[in-house]
Amino acid sequence: MGEMKILGGGGEVAFTTQFDALLAWARKWSLFQYPFATACCGMEFFAVASPRYDIARFGAEAPRFSPRQADVLWVVGTISQRQAPVVKRIYDQMTEPKWVVAFGTCASCGGFYDNYTTVPGVDKIIPVDVYIPGCPPRPEAVLDALMLLQEKIQKGVHGEPVSVPPKDPLSQLRRKTKPSR
Amino acid sequence: MSKAAVSRLKSHFGDKVLASSDFRGDDAIEVAVKDWVDVATFLRDDDKLKMNHFVDLTAVDYPEREGARFDLVLMVRSVEKKHRVRVTTKVADGTKPKTLFPVWSGANWAEREIYDMFGIEFLNHPDLRRILLYDEFIGFPLRKDYPIDKAQPLVPYRDAPGLTKLPPFGIDQGQPFGRIRWDDRLREGANGSGRAVSPSIALQTGERRALSDSEVAVAQIEELAMRVEEEQRVKQEQEAKKDAPAEG
Ligand code: SF4
Repeated sequence: MGEMKILGGGGEVAFTTQFDALLAWARKWSLFQYPFATACCGMEFFAVASPRYDIARFGAEAPRFSPRQADVLWVVGTISQRQAPVVKRIYDQMTEPKWVVAFGTCASCGGFYDNYTTVPGVDKIIPVDVYIPGCPPRPEAVLDALMLLQEKIQKGVHGEPVSVPPKDPLSQLRRKTKPSR
Repeated sequence: MSKAAVSRLKSHFGDKVLASSDFRGDDAIEVAVKDWVDVATFLRDDDKLKMNHFVDLTAVDYPEREGARFDLVLMVRSVEKKHRVRVTTKVADGTKPKTLFPVWSGANWAEREIYDMFGIEFLNHPDLRRILLYDEFIGFPLRKDYPIDKAQPLVPYRDAPGLTKLPPFGIDQGQPFGRIRWDDRLREGANGSGRAVSPSIALQTGERRALSDSEVAVAQIEELAMRVEEEQRVKQEQEAKKDAPAEG
């Protein structure tokens, strides 16, 4: 963002900044989401929206069940071959600018469904911006992904997918369950 | 508890009950395909059996078994009498068992699923279409000779640069259930250097019969036709040769 200048004594305020940066800033804080939740990951997706994790802090809480009004397509869960045309169509119907988040291992690479049923990663049919590993990912990882996406939007990067670094859930569990004596 | 049910079936059907077993209280009988609907109707209507709860109908594929390749497995239960029984029958590839839909209407979707996954067709079924897969799908995925990693995408996969998976999603990476390169695994299994491969996967390498009974039959007929053609061609050539010096 640019600097703020006071012009004259009447209290009028103006920002001098790049219009692109301003637009990107506005975009990244008002992401309307299209939740395409198909499987178990959907549960964790609801958890992110719950007050404890509160995705509203990022201005990304409003779901839009019309692709025309959505900015981010959250692909949450396993995409079967039979569903693939639907995802593709919804993606095509969304208006630019649009972003895609692959939520969970299934959406990112097909997970353990390595057979005739499942698309091995939704990136095989539509371009993905951010991947979230985990089966299912923790809400913290999802918020990480949202911040990565915001960063991308601010920088105006297209393509070049990024991934939330994976964490070992067992190590976290061990830390939490250490005997307190 | 279901022993009574099995003995009732045996006393009524006699020799038509081909086999019966009892494993930890799971009673099962085997019947022939031609008695399939009769047995089902009896199970439902008999006063001592009253099997009014259709639990499931499914199939099992044994590609290496000679003769009848599939097992149909029916599981039914009586809510009132609190007993249950499993009925199996052997079905050869291409044989069409009669539908159980008139007996239990729940069989409708179960039979569609069996058709979808195994390609067993049911006679007189009201609506025999694929139920889970799409119409464009070729083959039957739960047959053990269907290649384990063969997908038939409806949407053609993108061919964009950089589609190789990012670090945590590489084929053997990151996840506790690393995805498997079946070709490598098969090669390792074949020369004994790696983990063993399940025999049903080895089907694809040609170690076992990789065709269904009907496909084998078609292949045999084609081979026969080719051999006859070949013989005729050779004969004609020989005759032509015989004729040639006479003319010259
Ligand atoms: S990644 Fe795991 S939790 Fe998520 S949809 Fe796949 S199987 Fe379910």
